[in-house]
Amino acid sequence: MSVTEYIRKSQLWRSVFRHPAPYDRRNRAVVVLTNFFLHLHPVSAKKGGIALSYTWCMGGVTFFLFLVEALTGVLLMFYYRPTLEWAFTDIRALRDVNTLGIMREIHRWGAHAMVITVWLHMYRVFLTGSYKPPREFNWVIGVLLLVLTLLLSFTGYLLPWDQLAIWAITVGSNMARATPFLGHEGPGFQLLNVGGFDLITNASDARFLLLGARTVGEETLNRFYIMHCVAIPVVVSLLIAVHFWRVRKDGGISQPL
Amino acid sequence: MNPHPDLTVGVIHGLGWLYLLMFFLNVGWTVRSFRRDGHYHSLFGVEHIPKAVVWAAFSALLLLVALSHLAVNSDPESFLLRLPLWFKGSVDAIIANPISYFALSMVVFLAVVCLKDWWVQPTVAWTLFNASTIFLALSMTDYDFRQIVGKPDNVPIVGMLYLVGFFTWLYFYKANDNDRRVAEGRPLHEKELSDQVLVWPDLVYTEMVCMLLVTALLIVWGVALPAPLEEPASAVKTPNPSKAPWYFLGLQEMLVYFDPWMAGVVLPTIILVGLMAIPYIDFNKAGNGYYTFEHRKFAVTTFLFGFLPLWIGMIVLGTFIRGPNWNMFGLYEYWDVHKLEVLNNVNLSEMFWLDVMKQPLPRPGADDDILVQVGVILKREWLGILVTLAYLFVIPPLMAVTVFKKFFVRMGFIRYMVLATLVLFMASLPLKMALRWAMNMKYIVAIPEWFFNI
Ligand code: HEM
Repeated sequence: MSVTEYIRKSQLWRSVFRHPAPYDRRNRAVVVLTNFFLHLHPVSAKKGGIALSYTWCMGGVTFFLFLVEALTGVLLMFYYRPTLEWAFTDIRALRDVNTLGIMREIHRWGAHAMVITVWLHMYRVFLTGSYKPPREFNWVIGVLLLVLTLLLSFTGYLLPWDQLAIWAITVGSNMARATPFLGHEGPGFQLLNVGGFDLITNASDARFLLLGARTVGEETLNRFYIMHCVAIPVVVSLLIAVHFWRVRKDGGISQPL
Repeated sequence: MNPHPDLTVGVIHGLGWLYLLMFFLNVGWTVRSFRRDGHYHSLFGVEHIPKAVVWAAFSALLLLVALSHLAVNSDPESFLLRLPLWFKGSVDAIIANPISYFALSMVVFLAVVCLKDWWVQPTVAWTLFNASTIFLALSMTDYDFRQIVGKPDNVPIVGMLYLVGFFTWLYFYKANDNDRRVAEGRPLHEKELSDQVLVWPDLVYTEMVCMLLVTALLIVWGVALPAPLEEPASAVKTPNPSKAPWYFLGLQEMLVYFDPWMAGVVLPTIILVGLMAIPYIDFNKAGNGYYTFEHRKFAVTTFLFGFLPLWIGMIVLGTFIRGPNWNMFGLYEYWDVHKLEVLNNVNLSEMFWLDVMKQPLPRPGADDDILVQVGVILKREWLGILVTLAYLFVIPPLMAVTVFKKFFVRMGFIRYMVLATLVLFMASLPLKMALRWAMNMKYIVAIPEWFFNI
């Protein structure tokens, strides 16, 4: 009995993997069915649908990058305090202390890469006409994922609390001032007024809601931190689950009829 | 010593490695060409020479160039392989002018679509790849170019441009193949791959390789390029220019032509709603689940127009070309804070009242009754309001009976109106640009009293 065989036959191994090695046809099907992670896949698929030149693997790479971001993000959270006093210094210390090595680099470049791959995924889904019936709704979920990916990246951009960060967020969020009706410099906000008092001021408009203050400050940092580390990732995870479920329920990756 | 050297030993060595990489890639291409491209019937009187000699010669040249870079150890300023000034000057003249920049991006877009049969040929595409990489490498010999392209957060954009280029090529390549098959009555490429295969190993292994490659890429990238960290945040030191993160620079660019409520709120919303609406307005049943151009010309062209020149093109413009005071700068131009650009844009209402009617602009009195104020404003802006309403409500029915007649009949009223509105909104950006350049038009409707400018 070889060593691998010995390990595979042990009680410990078989308690984790409840099937023999995927060497024959039957067990290659079983492995996909019984493994939690693999069961996202169907057991079999059309060759053309899983061809790399067809899907560009862009959805898969986006998902992988999301996982990388979650992992590196949690590691960074151990070293980062979202307050005016500490945010910047904590990030700078990361560079010097280097217990985490290039964790911050991977997190940042992974985020840029994810924005790019999500666009490319959408590009390929469009170009293969894969949004056509019955996959219309999954495309809609995809668009939501696209927005949330951009928002994830945007909220994360503020956290290092350097010049790059606050000014990019200031420029990006200034537009909210001009939201029709709900921004204090937007068309129609004067209509929302009770007995001569404007309901929409710079302390109650859409921008204030976004920033938690009149300008990008500590409240904003807190707000963006929670959005970045908790709120958006939870929603994205949920939507990715729905997205994958729908890929399967809509008949797998699209192929000509 | 020059504080802004165009060339340093480090830069020259970096470029040397880049040329060496290109040498190896082109050696690979030479082999491919030797196997596939056949022979020249006769060349300079010699018969039966493989076409691959051209690539072999090119590769040898690259090797020479690479070695001459790597051999440099001192006196970088006297190194000869750099962009000539006249070239920089002419590129800058085209790039730094909004009209020629936009015209250029339109020409490129039209070429991508109209010349697809030509440029997707592997040899042509490979030549384009070589040309663009050499352009990039030579541009790196310019100090100002390096300042902007080498910014850590801008590096991914260069990568994205290559990826978008590659995948656009792949799309047209596969679409052309399928379109040819359909024309010849053969089955689609995807149809030929319609047997069921097990996901383990056929898909799972591909995924694993992708994961490994992405991991390797992130590690190399992370080691090579430290994440940026600038000075601590300061609410009083406003950088000039202040830029949003790069993926929003297309939106920021729209601020030049539209008020914030349009550029920052309405148009982004329309983009998203429009994207979500695509599956519900595209009634074309063909082209589902395979690459094709012929079966969905309108849909693909419209999408490519939105994605390539309007989205990617504007990001490039916003990142690499917009400098201090949001002025446009050439790729090789110093970002001078004092560069002056004369802006005297006028509103449509001003053109109408001052230039045509030779009258002062009607102004609502601050103490007037609110209805009187509204009346005066409407009188002042009637032309712009009419133009806008006509754009949104007269053009769709007009198109329905002319260019979009077939669409209208097949789509039904609601779908058609949604499509027409989305297309009109998308077209509003280039139109507004053209109006700005042609007649310095600022706003078509200008009601600053209500923060309502279009
Ligand atoms: C976080 C973002 C996203 C993730 C992780 C993701 C992941 C995936 C994966 C793994 C697939 C399987 C096929 C493939 O890899 O191409 C898929 C399919 C699909 N995705 Fe996404 N996606 C995301 C965003 C989007 C976006 C932005 C869109 C479109 C606007 C979209 C629309 C679709 C559609 C319609 C399919 C079915 C395609 C087919 O059957 O060929 N997804 N997605």
